[in-house]
Amino acid sequence: MTTAHAEASKGTLPHEPEKATAEGRNKVLAFWLFLGGEAVLFGTLFATFLALRNQTNDGPSANELFHLPLVAAATFLLLVSSLTSVFAIQAMHRNQPALLRNWLLVTVVLGAAFLGLEIYEFSEYIRHEKFGMTTSAFSSAFYTLVGFHGAHVAFGIVWIAVLIGQLSYKGLTVVTAPKIYVSAMYWHFIDVVWVFIFTVVYLLGKVG
Amino acid sequence: MDWITTVDHKKIAILYLWAGGIFFGIGGLEAILIRIQLIKPMNTFLDAQTFNELITMHGTTMIFLGVMPVIFALMNAVIPLQIGARDVAFPFLNALGFWTFLFGGILLNLSWIMGGAPDAGWTAYTPLSSSSYSTTHGVDFYTIGLQIAGLGTLIGGINFLATIITMRAPGMSFMRMPMFAWATFITSAIILFAFPAVTVGLVLLTFDRILGANFFETSGGGNPVLWQHIFWIFGHPEVYILILPAFGIISEVIPTFSRKRLFGYSSMVFATILIAFLGFMVWAHHMFTTGLGPVANALFSVSTMLIAVPTGIKIFNWLFTMWGGQVRFTTPNLFAVGFIPTFTMGGVTGVMLASAPADFQFHDTYFVVAHFHYVIVGGLVLGLFAGLHYWWPKMFGRMLSEHLGKWTFWTFIIGFHMTFFVQHFLGLMGMQRRVFTYLPNQQFDLLNLISTIGAGLMGVGMLFFLANVFITSRKPADAADDPWEDGRTLEWTISSPPPEYNFKQTPLVRGLDAFWKEKTAGHKGMTPSEPVGSIHMPSATVHPFLMSVGIFIAGLGFMFSRDDFGNSFMSFLFNNYIVTALGLLITFGSMLMRSLFDDHGWHIEPEELEGR
Ligand code: HEM
Ligand SMILES: [Cu+2]
Repeated sequence: MTTAHAEASKGTLPHEPEKATAEGRNKVLAFWLFLGGEAVLFGTLFATFLALRNQTNDGPSANELFHLPLVAAATFLLLVSSLTSVFAIQAMHRNQPALLRNWLLVTVVLGAAFLGLEIYEFSEYIRHEKFGMTTSAFSSAFYTLVGFHGAHVAFGIVWIAVLIGQLSYKGLTVVTAPKIYVSAMYWHFIDVVWVFIFTVVYLLGKVG
Repeated sequence: MDWITTVDHKKIAILYLWAGGIFFGIGGLEAILIRIQLIKPMNTFLDAQTFNELITMHGTTMIFLGVMPVIFALMNAVIPLQIGARDVAFPFLNALGFWTFLFGGILLNLSWIMGGAPDAGWTAYTPLSSSSYSTTHGVDFYTIGLQIAGLGTLIGGINFLATIITMRAPGMSFMRMPMFAWATFITSAIILFAFPAVTVGLVLLTFDRILGANFFETSGGGNPVLWQHIFWIFGHPEVYILILPAFGIISEVIPTFSRKRLFGYSSMVFATILIAFLGFMVWAHHMFTTGLGPVANALFSVSTMLIAVPTGIKIFNWLFTMWGGQVRFTTPNLFAVGFIPTFTMGGVTGVMLASAPADFQFHDTYFVVAHFHYVIVGGLVLGLFAGLHYWWPKMFGRMLSEHLGKWTFWTFIIGFHMTFFVQHFLGLMGMQRRVFTYLPNQQFDLLNLISTIGAGLMGVGMLFFLANVFITSRKPADAADDPWEDGRTLEWTISSPPPEYNFKQTPLVRGLDAFWKEKTAGHKGMTPSEPVGSIHMPSATVHPFLMSVGIFIAGLGFMFSRDDFGNSFMSFLFNNYIVTALGLLITFGSMLMRSLFDDHGWHIEPEELEGR
């Protein structure tokens, strides 16, 4: 710990700064575990959705509701944001804090754009299709699953934004690096979940 | 203040013990009231609504707020010591886990004074728990309180997993790890994979009740049986979250007091893993009567019965450990030995229930009540008593009185069998569970009377224990490092209670039962694996407490968000989610503070260590 501190202050960051300290390694491990729990959480939500997806109770059905172009655009934004977060981590490993910050900023902006589209989508459903939380079991399951994911995105945006702030006044150190690394893991995770949502909710809703 | 800001695992253990003990007491009083109501037919001591609230709160409190925290207390007190660590991997999260559990528990129990406790059973089956059948805020307290408490459990589980994976002393391979540490490891893994399911279930039920969603409302296309699937896919693994730690404790206590190593150590490890794995495959054995059909029933029936195999392995290993050993019947060992036949009886009725056709007869009768009390009280609670008496000197530096301990044991176990043995027969004769009274002349009267007297006797046993704790706390703290003299594992190599850094030098582990191994080789203590050096300690912090207070406020705010308070200011605050937002602000605010101001902790220097 102390030697790593000294190194960081000299500006010679170890190659994988997120794993330079025992604390950092613990953090990464625990975050993997946490994602295991998150996987069960989303798994249960998916199971619920699948069980209820045809229970439209005279309300709109998936096929009537979804506009794939809009969803595809959102998907594109989120997938690209995962890529930019990879670039961010690569910049971190090359010890280029400025580049790291810029890629993180791009990631946040893309995430926010995704969220914007989602909010637009929901509000369209509510206003024009009379499709709200209480409409049917399908609507409840839809808003809960997709909304949960959206809340995760929102949390991720705030989180990474805080980290960007931290980076600018604390610099890239063996203390900040694990946090950034872990937030990138989180970001990939919600991206993967979205791929499932796109398939199970939207594609299956259109064709199934 | 010290207690509010502590991040030391040994102090957090004591906090868990206190909180769990108090909730256990509340749950116990609820049980006594239930038994008084059932003491005779057509009793009017309680009305039906109160009875429903009592059984719901009794089950919920005991499982989530009584025994789970006491398990966590023992894990916190013992695990870092047993694996030769200075603390858990994340001391901050450890504190956070405790405080969220506590505030969740408080929220749940506030229901008694804020307009009615939950009344839909501890399983909160829909549609009973829907807003059409349960019209008070009771079930909201259940969903939101358990949600918050569950968060704490999940945090604790992840922490123990990381701790055991990364913080073991040099030389302690997984196959040299004490059984209690193994049990904690596997239990934490079950928590990690089971609790998110109930998290989702509780969210869905909350949305149904507060936002008018339709998950379980048939009128909107929802499906009440879905709730049962979600509940039990968590709920069955949960029973192993409860019993595996007890198995772990028994596997520590019996070898110590038999002066022999645990028979079949590796088969014990694999049995534990197998039980955890199978535990996830059998949830629908709680749902045989919901109409899943013969194929599903048969599959779940067989997979359930399979669990008896690894469980049986464990039972025989304990017996073989005692076989030919120099057995000493100290209080902890009495509880451990008493555990074996009692738990076995619960296992046998479990296998009976696992037979789907037979379950159509047993289901929702007192036979089921007898079964799960045999496994939970006769299994887990006896195990916890064994563990508490065993590790008490390590936790507090004081030996509990053996004399009073034996009184506790005998009154408790006799009371226990009186209470629950007869319930098997009540169930077979057709007495239904969850019903607040029964008609005379069905041959239920005498057995119910016996059962209630037994419950009283168990209460007396608890009083002996409390007296023991009270009397002991006034004695000087002079327990030896290895007070039972036959300690086998690392916790017995350091002082009782341990210094805040646990080990001055991390020990080198050279085999299973590390301390015993050194003793038999003629060494006084462990060989250190490092020179005396400066020890890094985390600093105390109030953030875990604040974050939990925030969640608590947010929960209350959300729960009453649809209420009309008859007071425009209050209604304004709640109906616009202002209270909820305020709570979340406190929580996220302290998270932000925690994240912005890195806390590097402090160091204890060698001079200070030697100065003692
Ligand atoms: C060999 C092991 C076991 C088997 C085969 C088994 C089997 C069963 C079955 C089939 C039921 C459902 C009965 C019904 O509702 O009709 C049941 C209920 C129950 N079991 Fe077990 N069990 C075993 C061990 C345990 C353990 C170790 C615990 C807890 C520590 C436990 C706790 C419970 C509880 C709480 C219920 C009742 C749930 C409720 O309806 O409120 N069981 N068991
Ligand atoms: Cu079960």
